[in-house]
Amino acid sequence: MISRSIRKNRRYTLRENLTGWVFLLPALAGFLFFFLLPIIAGVMFSFSDYTGFNLDSLQFVGLSNYQKMFSDDYFLQALRNNVVYALLFTPLTLILALFFASTLNRVVFGRKFFRICFFLPYISSMVSIAVVWKLIFNPTGGPLNLLLAGIGIAEPPKWLMSSNWALYAVIIISVWKSFGYYMLILLAGMQTIPSYLYEAAEIDGASSFQRYRKITLPLLSPTIFLCIVMLLINSFQVFDLVSVLTKGGPGYATQVLVFRIYTEAFTYSRMGYASAIAYFLFLIVLVITIIQFIGQKYWVHYE
Amino acid sequence: MTVKRKFRLRNLPFTILLLLLVFFTIFPFLWMISTSLKYDAQVFTNPIQWIPNPVNWNNYLRVWQDIPFLTYYKNTAIVSVCGTALQVLCCSLAAYAFAKLRFFGKNALFLVFLATMMVPWHTIMIPQYILMGQFHMTDRLVTLILMQAFSAFGIFLMRQFFMGLPNELREAGKIDGAGEFRIFWQIMLPQATPGIATLTIFTFIGQWNDYISPLIYLNSPELYTLQLGLKMFAGQYTMQYALTMAGTVCAMVPIFLVYLIFEKQITQGIAFTGMKG
Repeated sequence: MISRSIRKNRRYTLRENLTGWVFLLPALAGFLFFFLLPIIAGVMFSFSDYTGFNLDSLQFVGLSNYQKMFSDDYFLQALRNNVVYALLFTPLTLILALFFASTLNRVVFGRKFFRICFFLPYISSMVSIAVVWKLIFNPTGGPLNLLLAGIGIAEPPKWLMSSNWALYAVIIISVWKSFGYYMLILLAGMQTIPSYLYEAAEIDGASSFQRYRKITLPLLSPTIFLCIVMLLINSFQVFDLVSVLTKGGPGYATQVLVFRIYTEAFTYSRMGYASAIAYFLFLIVLVITIIQFIGQKYWVHYE
Repeated sequence: MTVKRKFRLRNLPFTILLLLLVFFTIFPFLWMISTSLKYDAQVFTNPIQWIPNPVNWNNYLRVWQDIPFLTYYKNTAIVSVCGTALQVLCCSLAAYAFAKLRFFGKNALFLVFLATMMVPWHTIMIPQYILMGQFHMTDRLVTLILMQAFSAFGIFLMRQFFMGLPNELREAGKIDGAGEFRIFWQIMLPQATPGIATLTIFTFIGQWNDYISPLIYLNSPELYTLQLGLKMFAGQYTMQYALTMAGTVCAMVPIFLVYLIFEKQITQGIAFTGMKG
């Protein structure tokens, strides 16, 4: 009886079907044309030697684009740089965001003012802040090195001009730009923690540090975990800063994956090889997402 | 849920600490504004001269005279406004179907849409560009607009809002003889205003600040958006620091205004992103 009534429920009239699909049509057209078709074409290109000019001359080359990646020094350098970027950008941004959110959560007056100030970098375009930071990092007269010289550092780094420092300079800018966003996510998470927990702990004589460690951090852990995942995924998509500031240089010091894809495709017209790197990027994001799905089960704290 | 907070003296150190941190955070912006009012010779002075003497307003005039900033503004406005309108409309329609209508393949399609959230745009940018080339759609602003028709995030966000609306609203409309589209347009959509506001602001800011898709798609300088124009102009006038900063200020102002006006919706939208995880 029950199964029959469910099945009856699942049969839709022609009119219902038609209405539903008409509502979906515009978004679906965009999806098919701008996403699904390119996703399929991209897989095809990644197995070919396509140069971007004549589709008729496209030759399939099997897995050779994927094999080439692991003997290509430029790609490997970009991957290494990107891993360094991810491993520094993620924890630094998270710690800063957590610190600012925790401090902001205690302040009564001017919360909105502080929130706006810390969020301004995130709302600005990458190009504009890159242009500003390029001058701030100016090795000879830029305000940062003036400050460093002022506190007695005799030979401050040449930042974007130095192959040893350029990647760190890019990371500093990225952290500065992004922390405000994660601060707001963490702040929202902190505000869902019921205040009676804190009041109870206070009555029991817990210090504010203990309350932070035993209540805030555990209850915030799902949000922190989400932030880590988002930060890691974003790390592997860094492009704008590198494109405006360094073009991957000096030398290959700031080559990153997306910049590699862009260069292979639009400078050298190696569309096939660029597509293969693009799918490697997708693989990285996929692995991070799978870790998120598994991790969620273990890391969610219920009250 | 808002907790009523009492002022406590022991919170004062945190406020002072935050004020210090604010200075470091907005330092680049302050420096940018100050530099934009200088002559190039005054830029790299030691110590930093915060209030320029003399003040050089001329940079702001030259930005608009020497550089086609007006064209960049116009192109950016076209792409951002039309792209945002298209996205909000298409995503609302689709989200409403997913939230309230019954049709074949609904759940499967929703899962497919959600799955595309995992695919970075950078993975599909090359095949997308090649395919658009085949259809003669590169180097056109309309392509950048049409690309906005689908957004998994937009559909997901709007669906949450529609799911929160009672089905009785829809049934009441049906009894009054309204068709499904009229119910959507006149009854349901106005109820989802907070969702529309959030999606509109996020899409608009994203479009205004977008750099990589105009970089790939646009070749003709007369089609350049603000970000592309700013980058080109900063590359050409490398030694004219003050002028470059004036241009950057002009490029940033509109988005700052949008942020200050819609600060509440933006903060709530981000809180929502955090909850969904």
